[in-house]
Amino acid sequence: MEIYNNHKRLFGAAIILFIVLTMFAAILPALNEEKNSSPLPGSKAPTADETAGKGIFIREGCIACHTQQVRNVDMDKMWGSRPGIAADYARIKRIDIWRNTAMLMGSERTGPDLTNIGVRQSSQDWHLLHLYNPRSVVEQSIMPAYSWLFEVKDYAFPGDVVLHVPDEYRKGITGQIVATKEALQLVAYLKSLKQVSLPDGKPTPIFLYDKNSKEAGTKKTSAASKVSEPQFDGAALYATNCQSCHQGNGEGLAGAFPPLKGSKVVLDDNPEVQITIIMKGYNGRVSEGYGVMTPVGTNNNLKPEEVAAIINHERSNWGNNSKQVTVDEVKKIITGFKTDNSKTAKK
Amino acid sequence: MKKVAVLVILALRGSQLFAQTPAASDNAWTNPGVMITISLILIILVIAVYLVALKVNNLVKTVRERRIRREAKYLAKSLQDLSTGEVREELIKRKQALDFKLSNTELSGENAPDDKKGLLHNVAEVNTPRFIATKKKAVKRPDIDPKLTKLILWYLGSATFWLVLGTSVGEYLGIKFVAPDVDHVSWLSFGRLRPVHTNMVFWGWSSLAMIGLGYYVVSTVSNTVVASLKWGWYALYLINASVILGSISLMAGINNAGGEYREYIWPIMLLFAIGLVITLINYLQTIARRKTKEIYISNWYIVAAVMFTIVIALVGYLPFWQNGLGETIAQGYYMHQGVGMWFMLFNLGLIYYFLPQQLNTPIYSYSLGILAFWTQILFYTLIGTHHFIFSAIPWWLQTVAIIGSMGMLIPVFAGTTNFLMTFRGNFHRIGSSYTLPFYLVGIIFYFTGSSQGTAEAFRSANLYWHFTDFTVAHSHLTMYGIIAFMLWASIYTLVPRLTGKEPRQSLVGAHFWMALIGLLFYTIPLMIGGTLKGISWQEGKPFIDSVVLMAPYWLWRAIGGSLMWASHLIFAYNLYYMIVSKEETDLQKAVFEELNKLPANTSKQ
Repeated sequence: MEIYNNHKRLFGAAIILFIVLTMFAAILPALNEEKNSSPLPGSKAPTADETAGKGIFIREGCIACHTQQVRNVDMDKMWGSRPGIAADYARIKRIDIWRNTAMLMGSERTGPDLTNIGVRQSSQDWHLLHLYNPRSVVEQSIMPAYSWLFEVKDYAFPGDVVLHVPDEYRKGITGQIVATKEALQLVAYLKSLKQVSLPDGKPTPIFLYDKNSKEAGTKKTSAASKVSEPQFDGAALYATNCQSCHQGNGEGLAGAFPPLKGSKVVLDDNPEVQITIIMKGYNGRVSEGYGVMTPVGTNNNLKPEEVAAIINHERSNWGNNSKQVTVDEVKKIITGFKTDNSKTAKK
Repeated sequence: MKKVAVLVILALRGSQLFAQTPAASDNAWTNPGVMITISLILIILVIAVYLVALKVNNLVKTVRERRIRREAKYLAKSLQDLSTGEVREELIKRKQALDFKLSNTELSGENAPDDKKGLLHNVAEVNTPRFIATKKKAVKRPDIDPKLTKLILWYLGSATFWLVLGTSVGEYLGIKFVAPDVDHVSWLSFGRLRPVHTNMVFWGWSSLAMIGLGYYVVSTVSNTVVASLKWGWYALYLINASVILGSISLMAGINNAGGEYREYIWPIMLLFAIGLVITLINYLQTIARRKTKEIYISNWYIVAAVMFTIVIALVGYLPFWQNGLGETIAQGYYMHQGVGMWFMLFNLGLIYYFLPQQLNTPIYSYSLGILAFWTQILFYTLIGTHHFIFSAIPWWLQTVAIIGSMGMLIPVFAGTTNFLMTFRGNFHRIGSSYTLPFYLVGIIFYFTGSSQGTAEAFRSANLYWHFTDFTVAHSHLTMYGIIAFMLWASIYTLVPRLTGKEPRQSLVGAHFWMALIGLLFYTIPLMIGGTLKGISWQEGKPFIDSVVLMAPYWLWRAIGGSLMWASHLIFAYNLYYMIVSKEETDLQKAVFEELNKLPANTSKQ
């Protein structure tokens, strides 16, 4: 054929075909997305510190292991309350003349997704310790330690954020380990990562491949052994929501997160205080050097059944042996908060 | 043997783990994507087992022979004890009959051989004991411009440098999965080094090796000389500079905000792009001066690869469509076109020349080549967004990408058929060549790796594998199993022709086997672990469980990676040996050199 003997025609045809397809599959859809999406009304522009923190996130290549996208599949429910939509990303623009837009959606989930990390883990103390050495708070973690975001001082100045690093991770450092400005900015960025709720009336996209709808058939055979409450595994819920601070052995971290093993609150037969702390947070032991507990239950949208499972796990492990709670008790106490809130709101 | 044993253990290990999750196995292992991948892995395993079986067969033969000899000795002894006069006479007679030998001159006569017509070349004599079967020597080529040789060798040399350095970085990263506290230096932290590794092996190793080999192929199949060697050098400098600056800046924390394979900031990538433009012009001008009527198929692939990559770099780096989700669409397009249109297309071009050349047979079908070429452009261009399935990018675009991924089966089947049919009738040569095994492995991985890509794109399969280490395994099966093996095949074919010096066969063999076994150790555990990780996520287990369960698989990856890395050191030595080893003085050549000197003296007088 003539085309294969004429290089101008052959290569001309190939490049035209390629460019036309490129327009169709990449450039036009990209331009269209850019034009047709605007930020959600509930979203805020990042502060200067958060922007600087994002710069550090980019610099350290965190994207190599952390995604920032909640897909519309059932298993991604643990990373956000709804699937991500184009508007979630509409605020993200080119950084500067040298660097491209930082969408940071990622392609590898060696570590957890961070779309909603600001809600899931809002404790600055935890984030700082975790950055200094991840294994000091999550024993099995394989994340790098970012010790260059911290400095060692003989004496901390007022206003310095001092870390209570467990001895085995101090590596012979005797001075005070202080977070640099960069570390604080990075944490500010992480804490700012929160899913924005959709404005009223906008339909929420659904999660696909819901396991529960399919499982009905298989469950008959596999779940025969645990008939009572197959869905709420206290150990797993504890691992997901509590373990990063209070640790798998319930002993917490000295000077940072208090132990649950032998804790007065956990051993108390009346669960009210325990539930209140989980749902509303706690700062009663800051003077002892412990960090502020964030309202984990509320942040993570835990159901009363889940809270009950967690509490019962805490009450029956590590030598703890106190009265188990029922879902109804938990429900009652949580409804109690809500009426309190509405009362204060009315006032 | 060892390998088989280990693979079996691995397989059993996997099945034990599967047994622990019976509920999930219902979904995962009957999934079409998973089933396709498993059969693809089995293809590789079957071939590996076949190769090992060949070795074992030889061993068995040797053992059997030894036994026969021992029995013969015993028999002879007992016969001697038996012999009486009559038997003895009979035996002597028989022995004489059996001892009858041809004089070896019945047919040729007593005259000394005389090659009057110059038919005999390269008469090989073996004077030393052979521990390894002698492979076929490289065919000597008519003279190649020494300046072109020098240029190509510099391309290949710097590519090899980046291969060794880039995979050293990769090896270190693999170790970090097992020992995360191995260092606390910001420049060496995982997030900064990972793109250093990927970009170095992409732009440093594979790209430079390809362009260097391209200079030989483009000019040879055009039956002309390269348009401008000087421009070839400029491109070499620019691309090397780009990789050096890019690696340093990534380690210093300066990057282009995280899009995979476009981590270099644009001023650095611009150097690479200029290098590509120069290369394109040079190739095109060479083809324009061709002395053949038609353009050989290799040159379509090679020139198309360079042209397309320039477009891809523009789409990836121009800022006009990169805000919000636009960036993600551009990223999906860029990264996948980068691997498929640059590395794959270019390498196919090289294989379309080197494979028939090395087999000394024409390519099986030109039509299949044409089909593969146009369908690759048609389907591959569409599949970029399959890296973001279930994300916020438009659903229809994801579907287009999945359909494109299925369409890719056409060029992959066409290409594989074409190469294997070219091989047909020549499979026996594999055993007697040190280059052909590299081609065969490259072709097999071309088939399995590419089809695996299609399987991964299915929504139902993507559900299990997206974001897991399965992706890492896939990218190594393809970039290493296909691209690196094809490049090594071409390099071992070409360099001895350029320099007239051959690598040591035993070391080429060591390189081949360590790279192949290393790759299998690297990828198979990661695929098993990646699948289990996906299942764990689907079951809603705590995230940290999926980190803990990967530990043994990451260890296997580090072991496989070490083998691969060690094989690269051997490859580097082989290349060095092919280029600068001192040649054994050849008597024939020396005589001619001496003779050449003489008349020069006499003519002056």
